[in-house]
Amino acid sequence: MTSLPANSSQKKLGLVIDLDVCVGCHACAVNCKEWNTGGHMAPLTDRQPYGADPLGVWLNRVHTFEAGDGADGRTVHFPRSCLHCEQPACVEVCPTGASYKRAEDGIVLVNESLCIGCKLCSWACPYGAREYDYDSGTMKKCTLCIDRIYNENLEEIDRVPACVATCPAHARHFGDLGDPDSDVSKIVAERGGYDLMPEMGYAPVNKYLPPRPRQTAAGCTGALPALEPVGDSSTANAVLRWIDRLLSR
Amino acid sequence: MHPANSVIFFTVASGAGYGLLLLLGVGGALGWLPPDRWFGAAAFGLSLAAITFGLLSSTFHLGHPERAWRAVSQWRSSWLSREGLASLIAYLPTGVYAIAWVLFGRNNGAWGLFGLIAAAWAAITVYCTGMIYASLRPIQRWHNSYVVPCYLLLGVMTGALWLNALAHLFGLASDGLTLVAVAALVIGWPLKLAYWRFIDNSRSESTAETATGLGHLGKVRLFEAPHTEENYLMREMGFRIARKHAYRLRVFATIFAFVLPFLLTALTLALVQPVAGTAAVLAAVSVILGVLIERWLFFAEAKHTVTLYYGQSTA
Repeated sequence: MTSLPANSSQKKLGLVIDLDVCVGCHACAVNCKEWNTGGHMAPLTDRQPYGADPLGVWLNRVHTFEAGDGADGRTVHFPRSCLHCEQPACVEVCPTGASYKRAEDGIVLVNESLCIGCKLCSWACPYGAREYDYDSGTMKKCTLCIDRIYNENLEEIDRVPACVATCPAHARHFGDLGDPDSDVSKIVAERGGYDLMPEMGYAPVNKYLPPRPRQTAAGCTGALPALEPVGDSSTANAVLRWIDRLLSR
Repeated sequence: MHPANSVIFFTVASGAGYGLLLLLGVGGALGWLPPDRWFGAAAFGLSLAAITFGLLSSTFHLGHPERAWRAVSQWRSSWLSREGLASLIAYLPTGVYAIAWVLFGRNNGAWGLFGLIAAAWAAITVYCTGMIYASLRPIQRWHNSYVVPCYLLLGVMTGALWLNALAHLFGLASDGLTLVAVAALVIGWPLKLAYWRFIDNSRSESTAETATGLGHLGKVRLFEAPHTEENYLMREMGFRIARKHAYRLRVFATIFAFVLPFLLTALTLALVQPVAGTAAVLAAVSVILGVLIERWLFFAEAKHTVTLYYGQSTA
C-alpha cells in the first residue's frame, strides 16, 4: 500500500551524518555496495564494470563540495543516501504498492516483486536516493540495512547499517530519531543537526551535522612550551661533556 | 529530465485521442454532431487507436511491462495509478456510446448520456496525466499551475483539429466545428507562451546551498563528483538542453502546433472542397508535429533538484 501508514509508531530509525568528521574516504559507499549486492536489494548490478562506459547501482554516494571562499572556505565531504522521509512522495506516487513506508520503524522499502520499473519514484525524490537497476528492471534504494539491524545471527555490535559499521572516522551514527533520549537525537540537538532541502516538505528522518566553526587559535594541550636545551656545558655527566667537546670541535 | 520517446508519444497520442473523444461525446450528446455511422466509425476508431497505442507505448519504458496491471491498485495515493484506472474506466462508456453511434445510428437522447460520461472520463484521464507531472515537487518546471491546463487544453486542441479534419473528409464540415478548433488554438497558444514565460522567470526554492545545508558557509559548489562515469540519476534527471536549441525548438513548436493550424483552419472557412478538406487535414498533421516538439521540450527543459548535487547551483 503506497498510502503512508496511518498509525505509525513513534520509532523513526535513521542515520546522523557528521559533516565535520567525514573524511570522504568512500568506505561507507563501498561497504554499502558490498553488503547490499548480496542483501535485501540484491543484486546491485554493474554494467560493463571494466568496459568503456561502466554503469552501476549504488545506494550511497559521497560528493565533495566547496563552501565559501578564501580563508573561510571549507571543503566538505558529503555522503548522500535515502533519508527515510516522514513524507516520502516516492512512496505515494508508486502506482503498484511496491514502495512502502514501514509503520513499525519508518524505513522506506521497495518490494522488488511488485515493482514495474516506471521510475516515477525516482522522479519524486528530491535527493536522488533511488537508483534504477537496468538489469533487474526495478528500482533499488537504501534499506537502512534492514537485514543487518534486526539480524540475530550477527553480534549485537554489528546490528547497524553497513555504512555505519565501516566508517573509520565515526562520522555516521544510527539510531531512533523518534526517541528524544536516544544518542542520535541528543547529538542532533547538541550539534544543530539539520534537514536537507527542508523547503521540499519531505521531513527527512536522517540528519546532517554541520562542520564545526573553524578554530583560529590552538588550545593549550598541557605540554611545555619547549624542551630543555641540550648540550649545555654545565652537563654534569663526564662522558657527555667529553662527547660534547668532541662534537663541538 | 530525459525525454523518453515512449512517454512523449503516449502523452501526445492519448491527449489527442481523449480530446477527440471528449468532443465526440459532448458534440454528439448535445446534437451538434450528426449520428453518421461512417463518420462515427472513423472518429471513434481514430480516438481509440490513439488512446490504446499511447497506453501500450507507455508500458514500453517500464522495466516489467508484464506487471503493468498492478499499476491500477494504488489510486488512493498515486496519480499514475489514477490515470491508469481512469483510462480503463473510460473504455466502458466509450464502448457503449461508440456502439450506439456506429451500429444503431443514435448519439443523443438517452444514448447521449454515455457520450457525456465518456467525455467526463476522457477529461479525468488527461487531468490525471497532467497531475502526474504537476505533483512532483522536485521539478519546479512541472510543479506549477500551468501544467494541468496545458495538458487538458492541448489535448482538446489536437482533438478538435482531428475532428475538423474528419468532418471535412466525411462531408460534415460545419462552421461550428471550425470555430471550436480555432477557439482551442486561440486559448492554447497564449497558455503555452505563458508557461514558457513562467519557467524562464522563476526558479526552484532549492539551491545547492539548501540541498547541502552548507549555505551558512557561503556559496556551495561541487568540488569532486562521487563517481567518474554517468549513473542512472545523471542519465534520467541530468538531461540538459542548450538555451539556443530550446529557443529554436520553441519557435518550431509554436509554428507547427499553433500558427500553421490556425492559418490553415481559418482558411477552410474561405476555401471550397477539396482544398478546404486538404487544409483541415494538413492542420491536423501539423498540430501533432508541433505538440510532439512541445512535449519533447516539456521534458528536456525540466530540471530536477538532484542536479544540485551534481554541480548545478539552481534547479
